Amino acid sequence: MIAFDEPAADRLLSVEELRVEFSSSSGRVHAVNGITFELAPHETLGIVGESGCGKSVTSLAIMGLLPKPAGRIAGGQVIFDGTDLLTLKADEMRELRGRDLAMVFQDPMTSLNPVITIEEQLVEVIRAHDSKVNKAAAHKRAVELLELVGIPNAKERLRGFAHQLSGGMRQRVMIAIALALHPKLIIADEPTTALDVTIQAQILELIQRVANETGAAVMLITHDLGVVAGMTQRIQVMYAGRIVETATTRELFAHPRHPYTVGLLRSIPRLDLGDNRALIPIDGLPPDMTRERPGCPFAPRCAWATDQCLVEDPELSSVIAGQRTVSAGPEATHRVACWNPATDEEAAQGAPASGHVSAITDSTQARAAAAAAALSDAP
Amino acid sequence: MTAGNIALKQVLEEPIKGSSLWRDAARRLVRNPSAMVGLFLIGMFVFVAVFAPFISPYDPSAGSITDASRFQPPSVNHLLGTDLLGRDILSRIFWGARASLWVSILSVTLGLTIGLVAGAISGFFGGWIDFWIMRVVDIMLSLPGLLLTITIVVFLGPGLNTIAFAIAIENVPIFARILRSSILGLKESDFTTAARSIGAKESRILINHIMPNALTPMIVAATLALATAIVDAAGLGFLGFGPQDPSTPEWGAMLNDTYRYLTSGAGFTALFPGVAIVLSVLGFNLLGDGLREALDPRLKR
Repeated sequence: MIAFDEPAADRLLSVEELRVEFSSSSGRVHAVNGITFELAPHETLGIVGESGCGKSVTSLAIMGLLPKPAGRIAGGQVIFDGTDLLTLKADEMRELRGRDLAMVFQDPMTSLNPVITIEEQLVEVIRAHDSKVNKAAAHKRAVELLELVGIPNAKERLRGFAHQLSGGMRQRVMIAIALALHPKLIIADEPTTALDVTIQAQILELIQRVANETGAAVMLITHDLGVVAGMTQRIQVMYAGRIVETATTRELFAHPRHPYTVGLLRSIPRLDLGDNRALIPIDGLPPDMTRERPGCPFAPRCAWATDQCLVEDPELSSVIAGQRTVSAGPEATHRVACWNPATDEEAAQGAPASGHVSAITDSTQARAAAAAAALSDAP
Repeated sequence: MTAGNIALKQVLEEPIKGSSLWRDAARRLVRNPSAMVGLFLIGMFVFVAVFAPFISPYDPSAGSITDASRFQPPSVNHLLGTDLLGRDILSRIFWGARASLWVSILSVTLGLTIGLVAGAISGFFGGWIDFWIMRVVDIMLSLPGLLLTITIVVFLGPGLNTIAFAIAIENVPIFARILRSSILGLKESDFTTAARSIGAKESRILINHIMPNALTPMIVAATLALATAIVDAAGLGFLGFGPQDPSTPEWGAMLNDTYRYLTSGAGFTALFPGVAIVLSVLGFNLLGDGLREALDPRLKR
């Protein structure tokens, strides 16, 4: 358990030791392994990681939308606006969804119902939480919302259907639906992944603009560091269901400490450097999430790994030892979960400094495998 | 303002017609010639069935068993000839259409209603209720169709309504299974999750989001079931489970009356009811296939 040095009273969201498991035919998948983070009101947080690292599952768990019965919250707390969402009844949680918590999904092509009009889908959310709103008022609000998200001809568009809109327009409609009731938190799960590049920037700009106008906090989930660079104040990097590094956006890009973050940054194309370097992939595959292993989950792919990494689990802690920890907001502390964080020079090189003895030897690997096997055999 | 700007302005201000999936599907259907042939055949079938009392040239049960009036080949007086009792075959086919239409509509309506309820409960709630509904469906599907219907008709006694009921029971598991599988897919769809994320009630999600999408395959299945119902009704009629009053015309019974005379020069007496069955079944099949193509989202442009 990480103790924060400041009161969490002004936090919009605080997630503590959240664990999510999925049961599957190949065993129990540990999708989220005890993550702890906080979000200040009006803050824009980016959550970055590769497919399967648990970032979408985290957002679904917060929303109470984990697929049933496979997904299960195995522990932790999700405190939103003073209430633990995990203790709410289904009806109480439904009241919060759409009103205080809203979500924008990855694929606007499939997130709108193909057989009912755009208007019906907008009016649905407006009236779902307040049946006293009459049809005319709901219609007026729907027009305002479409205008807010920059859809021309809003009145006409309302009568149309999803398939008459382009992908970018559909995502604007999804954002309008999310905004309908001025939520305090908008979770955008890969909102630009399914869109083409020219539209991506527009949609990100739109999310940022409407968040500023309505004062909503935003959790932007993406696998693309380029997407979060421009619009988030803070970034959390996830790997194998854990947060491995978190810092303000500026700090993270300038001084990445976790070897995984270093790898992610080096795999982004850079035009400003002028040379035609090949992109540098991160070797290896993400770990098998059905097995609980000891040690750092990134260790098998990490050039910095030592013996300790394979057997001991690093905790997320401040990069400067003994520093006062600020968990959210613009003053957030740079924290990393790594035994051997990269230095600035090493991050620029993308490799440990010469003289570093990588400890991934056959014997340590065998030891780690044995430890893992022992753990999975345990009842 | 330049001409180009004006043109652009016009394009932008042109009203956007709400073209729903249904309207698009209807347009694709109209463009499909074989579906239109099917619709035409169905139109004829329904017209004949509804207006039989007005368009039949003779009373379908009036005849005489003199050698001169029996087995008359098609002529100006009797366009399709007369049968073994000297009754006008054309009039009997017209009246027989009523029996077929009645059985097919009643059986599909009944089968669809029960199948929809069972499939919706099964697909939406899942769990043990789904398990037991699907086991009953499995058992029903494992029985040969005609055997099941004959058994039911034997128990309940012959007649058009019992035939319709038996065919409905035969259709229930098919409809239930189709609806369940589409609901299972739609339950996991992105727009269902999106509807949940805005706090929509589960009942509302089922009625407004899942059902309208799940109904498309049901429409196709129901159209094709109408065709099967006509064949099944004729089959049961042929076997003697139809209306017991021989003066009530029924296509299957008409075949049974006359098939013995096929080789003795009176083939037309069996041919014409057969053609009537084939054309009406063909009509529903062509329309059903056309609907499948028109409603299939994979063919959407």
